[in-house]
Amino acid sequence: MKIPDVKKTWSNRISTVTIGATKEEGGTRARTITVGGETALPFMHFEGEIPHRPVVGMEIWDIPPKGWPEVLAQPFSDVYDSPSRWAKKCVEGYGADLICLRLQGCDPSGEDRSPKEAAEVVREVLGAVSVPLIIWGCGDDDKDNEVFTECSQAAAGENCLLGTITQDNYRTLTALCKADNHKLIAESPVDINIAKQVNSLALDVGFDIKDMVIFPDSPALGYGTEYVYSIMERTRMAGLKGDKLMAQPIIANIGLNVWKTKEAKARAEEVPEWGDHTKRGPLWEAATAYTYLQAGADILVMLHPKAVEEVKRYIEQLAGSTGDKEGQNDPHR
Amino acid sequence: MILIAERINGGFRDIAQAIKDKDKGPIQKWAKLQTEAGADFLDVNMGAVTRDPDDMAWMVETVQEVVDTPISIDSPRMEVVKRGLEVCENERMINSTTAVAERLNGLIPLAVEYDACLIGVASGDGGSPQDVGRRVENAATIFAAAVDHGLDTQKLFLDPIAMPLKFMQEQAKNILEAIRQLTVLSDPPPHITLGLSNMASDTNQRNLINRIFLVMAMGAGLDAAICDVTDKKLMDAVATAELILNNEIYSDSYLDTYRMR
Repeated sequence: MKIPDVKKTWSNRISTVTIGATKEEGGTRARTITVGGETALPFMHFEGEIPHRPVVGMEIWDIPPKGWPEVLAQPFSDVYDSPSRWAKKCVEGYGADLICLRLQGCDPSGEDRSPKEAAEVVREVLGAVSVPLIIWGCGDDDKDNEVFTECSQAAAGENCLLGTITQDNYRTLTALCKADNHKLIAESPVDINIAKQVNSLALDVGFDIKDMVIFPDSPALGYGTEYVYSIMERTRMAGLKGDKLMAQPIIANIGLNVWKTKEAKARAEEVPEWGDHTKRGPLWEAATAYTYLQAGADILVMLHPKAVEEVKRYIEQLAGSTGDKEGQNDPHR
Repeated sequence: MILIAERINGGFRDIAQAIKDKDKGPIQKWAKLQTEAGADFLDVNMGAVTRDPDDMAWMVETVQEVVDTPISIDSPRMEVVKRGLEVCENERMINSTTAVAERLNGLIPLAVEYDACLIGVASGDGGSPQDVGRRVENAATIFAAAVDHGLDTQKLFLDPIAMPLKFMQEQAKNILEAIRQLTVLSDPPPHITLGLSNMASDTNQRNLINRIFLVMAMGAGLDAAICDVTDKKLMDAVATAELILNNEIYSDSYLDTYRMR
């Protein structure tokens, strides 16, 4: 009996987003990162094109974090006080494809650092490493709008990825990204309808939705991954079928979510049956990342170097020689 | 929903005049308007103004000067269709063949040669069918001929023939039933389309009848229509039906976003 061909073909292509700008392109990055461009579901190379493999960015903060579990803090505690050295360690020591600078220090309920201080950190990090930069706000809408006004300008020409806009706060950052030629992260709280709506709002104010990535929130394994998995999958399928408002690359920022969970943090002495916490935490982060990669994530933002290493190996195995034909995101290039 | 926009047709006075005067204005205006309204194809039909294939070529060229929307070349005459296909640089559709062997054997190879979509109207040697069975039989004849000639069945649009509600009221439910039966012809099914505006001919509730019938037909499995894409209420109804059929993802702006899908 002839086995029927069940290969699925799709009519649309996910948009291609390049982050970073080299000297020739008006920036100072040594290389750029390009994601998206798929005409098939993740790693289904036999069904379409997957021109760019997923990438792993590592998160750093503008202030030394407090209360991180020892397993997570240990690799970075020597560089906590310096975002530039922290970034350098991620890139040179752990092979981060990008740096994601979270401006946690600007949080008004925390250190409430000024927009000018934040912009200074942006400049410092851009000077310290040559990979493309993601800049992530502190999460307070009003403060983020002030902070991004300075930071977008400080990073003008570098084609960074800035985020996030939400349904309730999108005008300022969208306008900044448009003016300073940055890419934009559109956030929605585990809700595909809002994901589509945020993209629609950005489009309404004149932003090119081809320059956006979708952030549907990305909870840790065991804390709602299954919801986000199905949202990412449905988003990607709608995009591949031709829904232009769903045809953007997807970002999953998982590090902080994972390291808040007791499964990642609890020491072996507290929960002996869960085993060695020095292995369990990074494994939890890696397993969360695998899940989102399978669902369609193009960019991961992670924290623990061991998890990053595992996930990069996983991507290498699945993307292999068939994906990323230009080798642009190939760490061995 | 695959929307084939009906307005560039010599049956309308402004288009007829434009063809006579070789005035690109009205044709290009409707090409842009209908594209902005969400048309997937622009139907181009000379009407009864002319029989000259070069006039079709002129119309197609006039349209593709201003938009890259796929074009449906609409003529009962083979030489007109062929001339339109020759000059068409946008994606192409042929409107239409019937189940009559002579037309099938002429038009399907043409569709294959030009990588064009093809509308197959379910009328046969006996003219337009008055029941469900003949509609499906004629459509199946077209489907089988397309397979024989190697046309990708995803490029085939079967049309079970819309008929005026006012004069042939009993046909409306036959059309709906024929649509249901055509959806099981293959997996995935071929596209199923209708010339929607026929439904409401000579009534004084044209838009309402078209709108309600289109939604009911979508529920039966219709996934394409030749219609007035500039009828805002019609498009809003289509967008909403697409949500209800779970073909589109809801967002608060879905009426607007549907037009730019």
